[in-house]
Amino acid sequence: MRLTLRIWRQPGPDADGAMTTYEVDGIAPEMSFLEMLDTLNERLITEGEDPVAFDHDCREGICGACGMVINGRAHGPERTTTCQLHMRHFADGDTVDVEPWRAAAFPVVRDLVVDRSAFDRIIGAGGYVTVPTGSAPEAHATPVPKPAADTAFEHAECIGCGACVAACPNGSAMLFTSAKVVHLNVLPQGAPERESRVLDMVGQMDAEGFGGCTNTGECAVACPKGIPLPSIAAMNREFLRAARKAPR
Amino acid sequence: MRWCRPTVADMALATRAVPRPSTLATLWRSTIGKKTVMAVTGVVMLLFLVAHMLGNLKIFFGAGDYNAYASWLRTIGEPALHHGWFLWIMRVGLVASVAGHVVSAWQLSRRDLAARPTAYVHRRPRASYATRTMRWGGVILALFIVWHILDLTTLTVNPRAEPGHPYENVVADFHNWYADVIYLVAMLALGLHIRHGFRSAAQTLGAVTRRGDRAFRIAGNVLALVLTAGFVAVPVSVMTGVLN
Amino acid sequence: MTSYLDYSVGEPIADTRAPEGPVGDRWDRRRFTAKLVNPANRRAHTVIVVGTGLAGGAAGATLAEQGYRVTQFCYQDSPRRAHSIAAQGGINAAKNYRNDGDSVHRLFYDTVKGGDFRARESNVHRLAEVSVQIIDQCVAQGVPFAREYGGLLDTRSFGGVQVSRTFYARGQTGQQLLLGAYQALSRQIAAGAVEMHPRTEMLDLIVIDGRARGIVARDLVTGRISTHFADAVVLATGGYGNVFHLSTNAKNSNATAIWRAHRRGAYFANPCFTQIHPTCIPRSGDHQSKLTLMSESLRNDGRIWVPKAKGDRRPPGEIPQAERDYYLERIYPAFGNLVPRDIASRAAKNVCDEGRGVGPGGQGVYLDFADAIARMGREKVAEKYGNLFEMYERITAEDPYRVPMRIYPAIHYTMGGLWVDYDLRTTIPGLFAIGEANFSDHGANRLGASALMQGLADGYFVLPCTINDYLARQPRDEVDPAHPAVTEAVTRTTGRLDRLLAVDGDRTPESFHRELGQLLWEHCGMARDDAGLRKALERIPALREEFWQRVKVPGTGERLNQQLEKANRIVDHLELAELMCLDALHRTESCGGHFREESRTPEGEAARKDEEFGYVAAWEFTGDGAAPVLHKEDLVFEYVHPTQRSYA
Repeated sequence: MRLTLRIWRQPGPDADGAMTTYEVDGIAPEMSFLEMLDTLNERLITEGEDPVAFDHDCREGICGACGMVINGRAHGPERTTTCQLHMRHFADGDTVDVEPWRAAAFPVVRDLVVDRSAFDRIIGAGGYVTVPTGSAPEAHATPVPKPAADTAFEHAECIGCGACVAACPNGSAMLFTSAKVVHLNVLPQGAPERESRVLDMVGQMDAEGFGGCTNTGECAVACPKGIPLPSIAAMNREFLRAARKAPR
Repeated sequence: MRWCRPTVADMALATRAVPRPSTLATLWRSTIGKKTVMAVTGVVMLLFLVAHMLGNLKIFFGAGDYNAYASWLRTIGEPALHHGWFLWIMRVGLVASVAGHVVSAWQLSRRDLAARPTAYVHRRPRASYATRTMRWGGVILALFIVWHILDLTTLTVNPRAEPGHPYENVVADFHNWYADVIYLVAMLALGLHIRHGFRSAAQTLGAVTRRGDRAFRIAGNVLALVLTAGFVAVPVSVMTGVLN
Repeated sequence: MTSYLDYSVGEPIADTRAPEGPVGDRWDRRRFTAKLVNPANRRAHTVIVVGTGLAGGAAGATLAEQGYRVTQFCYQDSPRRAHSIAAQGGINAAKNYRNDGDSVHRLFYDTVKGGDFRARESNVHRLAEVSVQIIDQCVAQGVPFAREYGGLLDTRSFGGVQVSRTFYARGQTGQQLLLGAYQALSRQIAAGAVEMHPRTEMLDLIVIDGRARGIVARDLVTGRISTHFADAVVLATGGYGNVFHLSTNAKNSNATAIWRAHRRGAYFANPCFTQIHPTCIPRSGDHQSKLTLMSESLRNDGRIWVPKAKGDRRPPGEIPQAERDYYLERIYPAFGNLVPRDIASRAAKNVCDEGRGVGPGGQGVYLDFADAIARMGREKVAEKYGNLFEMYERITAEDPYRVPMRIYPAIHYTMGGLWVDYDLRTTIPGLFAIGEANFSDHGANRLGASALMQGLADGYFVLPCTINDYLARQPRDEVDPAHPAVTEAVTRTTGRLDRLLAVDGDRTPESFHRELGQLLWEHCGMARDDAGLRKALERIPALREEFWQRVKVPGTGERLNQQLEKANRIVDHLELAELMCLDALHRTESCGGHFREESRTPEGEAARKDEEFGYVAAWEFTGDGAAPVLHKEDLVFEYVHPTQRSYA
């Protein structure tokens, strides 16, 4: 299989970038998208060119490191991570555009690598339960109704890849933030910090320069883990409730 | 890398030292709060529009009925309220809603555009038409409101401009092709705006649940359709000669 | 140059920290005898933690909660991405919620036995004790473990043990536990108690006057080399399975931190003990960059087979029952498809070596669910394994409901690592190793769902206690940044990077890694023999030589350069591989994950030699091109008496 790739190349954070065209031949349909890029990079190295930089690590769809916008879609045409996207979803002769996540809060580091540390700061603002090691009560002291446990799990599945921000026309981090808010606020363990958590996390989210939600639903479509769109409504509910109670 | 948020906490287990801002400040300073303002003002305007549309339909009962209805509006609340005061209270409320809606939208839009400074090279249609036209549709509606007030409230641009005779003013108005065009375009924009805005407001206010999501979508579509059809019925009837 | 084969045997080594007395009292006793640091003085102590996986994340958060200043590093862009996140199955704990006869002692017993009697009893018992607290801690953090309708925690049985003690969160237990630790760590980062350096890789250890006092690190974005000083250094950098190139480890997991520490004087224990997981998706071609594991639970209902005839290329559906060989059921009628990992892996290799393997290159065996679907119905199967089937189909484009899965063993976990005593101290004072980075508690073979348990036990409970004792006994002194040892470490690091960039050869770093991996897989993989290991020991130095002459690293060191990162890690893989082979060569017994062709029972199964090899092999680095020195730590079994495993 032969593809024409147009890849965003940008040498550094402050440098200008541009789409550069590469012809890649000998692509097997079993290859993952990243293995296809590996092949290109191996060639570029031997030709004395700079290989394409991209983030990746586990390559099994769980660490959340990889992510690129492929033909205008975050993580490409399938609902999965880039590392789990296989070349059988492309046809011989296709032209494929590859770009980094684009958002003011995710500055480009190099080529397809962006800085997503804003997500870490959102979690640091309140995405935890304050329970210093050793202070935990016996695990069965607090039963959790199964529906709450299931909801918590579904939202805890977020891998922090940033596809929601990349897909959102406003570069909004509402889906990411809501996933953590819902995960912890629905559990009895998260209840004592329920208000401060949502207020602080939303405050940090805004401070990072993410846009607001205009309910386009693009985030939930792009999410490789299927975090549902109504999570955002659930977070809004938590936020308004917390703002009303405004703990001093 | 920006990593540590500046914090007064020195000890790892320190508690919050800065008092939280008030509820209103919390709302106005956050994107979610601003959107709440948009949602609440949007719902207020929507309720007004439903009443407005129902009132408009009285035109099909003839000039007498319609003009009497119009003058009755000024007597609402009497004797507790002075003549016409109810309308003024309404107008103040509506102006405040429009202002809140527009200012929030303006600020949020600026923020949204700044959050995505570089566009993707590979463009593809995103979201639905109604979603993508919220901003420009909103601008059209704002301009329409100005024209609409000049036309049928202050009668500044109305071809007949006879105070106390709304039926005649309306019919005269819609004999002008450009008034029809302005009105029809605006009502189409209104339909699209409501279609996305209603569900959006429900989401912002946290009313949407996974099961209720579909219901809100359907309700938004129905509202949009009914309101557009109800409003459009008047000029279309004038144009087709049903009203004269 | 002396050959590695000329290694010498040095003074025996012993764990001097584990208290005497009944095994069940030792951890209590150690906690009491350990000196404490006055809470008010803790701010004056800095601890460096390298790595943010289960062990590192938990340790960083806990030390910060205790009041220490923590400086933490990870090579990923966020501490949330460490490879602990990919663990699927679950975490063991002796809670006995099922009332099925589980206890701390039983978990202890199972782990020592499962480790094929190559782990320390004191350590393992402590692990079993602490396991109970781990579950409490994680639940309180909001980790969404699977629950029953009554709201209580669900458990399942795992890896051939007879009790149901594995807590799980669907197939993403590692992710959920790691996010719990990451969230606790994030809280400390936000509070300013942990200074976090993401995208920063440790490249050397700074040892001053015999104590570990800091590290040399490279900012992967700017390329800046920096030094960081502390009163103690904790390595939580995971295992070294990536030496094999193809493994279930993350692509960037590496051995640099532990190998650099080894070169600075930390002994490396049991490097040849690697675990091979029997149920991975086979490689599909030369482009393969890593292997993906499928949960072992699949063997509960799937049947493993290959064609009886060599080179039978018919599609599986066309091979009649009579011409299929359900080899595990045939050879091990008692356990069938549920034999332990090492046995299942070796049996798969054997049938493939006989030319009966299936799929591309004949490197695979069938894992067939046809019988399970006929017995339980498709829906029941989907309920149990749906997400795994989906994952398999996404990768292979084959529908396991209709076509049998193809599986093949892959490198999964390394039981070896830096030698540590009961306090998790390496042989360099002030240097601690936790989690998979140490040689730890799993002996020669790790039980399923025990890796998460050990990482969290070390990070949350063991290290934060034992490090106190070390810090309390050290004089408080500042490191002089101009100390010759600091300059030497920095110069050595920059020198290595400059040298890599200067070679400008004609082969990519990846090509060397692949070649090394194949060599190791062939000769130091599932089954090893004298001749193969000697061959590998001959070949590795030659490959290293070639690497330094022909590697091509493009670009400069002054900015993000992923090829430079990779090449630098391969340098260490090329050195560590040699030690692995030497360790494998010297251990002429079969035990746990280590199978020596020459050491078999009359039935052809693994034969352990306890009198000869009942020790931990701790290797000392003696210089480039010099043969290492072997220090033996004799293992004493007071409670669980060695028996030969038998699954026939």
